[in-house]
Amino acid sequence: MKIVIASGKGGTGKTTVATNLAFLLAREGLRVAYVDCDVEEPNGHLFLQPVIEREWPIEKPVPVVESQRCTQCGRCSKACRFGAIISLPQRTVVFPELCHACGGCQLACPAGAISEKGRRVGTVRAGYAGTIQFLGGELDIGQPMSPPIIRALKETPLEADLVFLDAPPGTSCPVVETLRGADMALLVTEPTPFGLYDLQLAIRLVRALSIPAAVIVNRVVKDGEPFLQWRQRLKQLPVPVWAEIPESRAIAEAYSSGTIIAQNVPEFARELQPVMHKLKASIDEGTCRHQW
Amino acid sequence: MKELVVISGKGGTGKTSLTAALAVLSSPCVVTDCDVDAPDLHLVLQPQTIQQQPFVGGRKACIITSTCRKCGKCVELCRFGAIRHKKGDAECEEGGFLIDALACEGCGVCVDHCPERAIELRPYVNGQWYLSRFHGGYLFHATLDVGSENSGKLVTQLRRAAHEFATKRGVPLILTDGPPGIGCPVIASLTGASLALIVTEPTVAGLHDFERIARLCRQLGVPAVTVINKADINPETSDRIANSSIRYGTDVIGMIPFDSDIVRAQMAARSVVEVSDGPAARAMRAIHSTVMSRLEKALDVHSGEFITIDVTQIDNVKSKGVTT
Repeated sequence: MKIVIASGKGGTGKTTVATNLAFLLAREGLRVAYVDCDVEEPNGHLFLQPVIEREWPIEKPVPVVESQRCTQCGRCSKACRFGAIISLPQRTVVFPELCHACGGCQLACPAGAISEKGRRVGTVRAGYAGTIQFLGGELDIGQPMSPPIIRALKETPLEADLVFLDAPPGTSCPVVETLRGADMALLVTEPTPFGLYDLQLAIRLVRALSIPAAVIVNRVVKDGEPFLQWRQRLKQLPVPVWAEIPESRAIAEAYSSGTIIAQNVPEFARELQPVMHKLKASIDEGTCRHQW
Repeated sequence: MKELVVISGKGGTGKTSLTAALAVLSSPCVVTDCDVDAPDLHLVLQPQTIQQQPFVGGRKACIITSTCRKCGKCVELCRFGAIRHKKGDAECEEGGFLIDALACEGCGVCVDHCPERAIELRPYVNGQWYLSRFHGGYLFHATLDVGSENSGKLVTQLRRAAHEFATKRGVPLILTDGPPGIGCPVIASLTGASLALIVTEPTVAGLHDFERIARLCRQLGVPAVTVINKADINPETSDRIANSSIRYGTDVIGMIPFDSDIVRAQMAARSVVEVSDGPAARAMRAIHSTVMSRLEKALDVHSGEFITIDVTQIDNVKSKGVTT
């Protein structure tokens, strides 16, 4: 079963929830994998501290023009909708950053002058954190497009009952790439106007992809009228709330120093219990089979 | 005209709260919310929309079912898995094909190679952008349809519109609230800016992500300064960030202490400097005056470097000499 931890708004606690659920469920003997799909700013390894066994570069195929064969006919430039290949009177120039690797120029070239060569865009690392299978991607700095790395992560075979995919913030293409094919999404939010607004965007996204979702509210201060009003508005949204994690200095400190919070703060582990029960129930029901 | 871009790498470090405070203190100014995935600035600035325009982010393939012979060539050629074969689906006739708009990147390979010419690329509206007025100036902001791509292109469009508007009105300052991460919308938000203000927090994740965004600023040639938010929750890590920022030449110009007034202000839909004189508000006022004096020395915003196509980076800026 593949569970994406997403949020819309950044910094709400996606990585905290993902790494701690992975830790707690692995401790109960389940086969768990954690996949860090926030390849622009990956943080899961800071908390899980995995031992990396394998590391490989991710490449994107970009065109290479063989100048002897090229007749400067310009069909490649015309075929490319991204302005990534331009035919000049003397030579044909490729702009790899703009290339979407669609293969259109190669198909368009009548002289067979275009082939493809891999160009590095980032790295994938695989290993173990205790019994947790760890997989993490990292985009090279200056590279604009993260989906090829997320695709590479998702194509890597895993053996697990439960796979947690830690999504990047936002609602655009890298998040879609992470969510595609998931069995469910856990949406982490915080009790602020920003948190609620961005949660609504995230809900619209998972609904568009037909992925069932539940909400975890992080940093809750229960007393006070503002929170009660906020919770009223949350209850009007079409998703169940699975947990409310309280704001606590102990949790914030454990997080800031990069530890697995559930290991050090028992109350935090307790708050995640209902989520764990629900996830285990879904596995038992066999609602979802892991198939990558 | 100067442009300050507030950026963070890691999400949720306080970019928008700080941008809102700077916007109120810098009045009159033009503000741009470039976090088009999850825009929140309007929740604080409470603007009145003056103008709204659709954003045409690109084109998507569309199958003309009456002409399609269902040969399957498009499925074979599409590298994005964007063509679904819909067997027995009510939405399309038996054995027909359908484009998955969320997966289609608009490359046109299927269009060019369909033997029946049964596929077209059609302009695709995937967002709206707005010009609004708030009590301290003007706000350019946008909403991207969920699941859309081309957020980098929308960012560029917003920044260009803000730049033209500010030039026309003679407004000397543009404040830009950037998106998290280091990918295409971030690169689109940073290129050509006068100064970047990196907001980070003293956690291991904050430090890690700070270093990546600082390296990106350097690679793009945008000078940067750093602000540590909630600096007192882990003074040791704050020190490590300060040391690291010396290495990257992005010196720490301010530290904001943890202060529950920040959330209280957000709940009241106001900027913290309007409703509080607590430690965070005071720190933000000090940051404002430091940033303004840094901006005086910084270069003017260079809109010629704003990216022109959906995604790019330095290679493209360099390439301009070749293409024109």
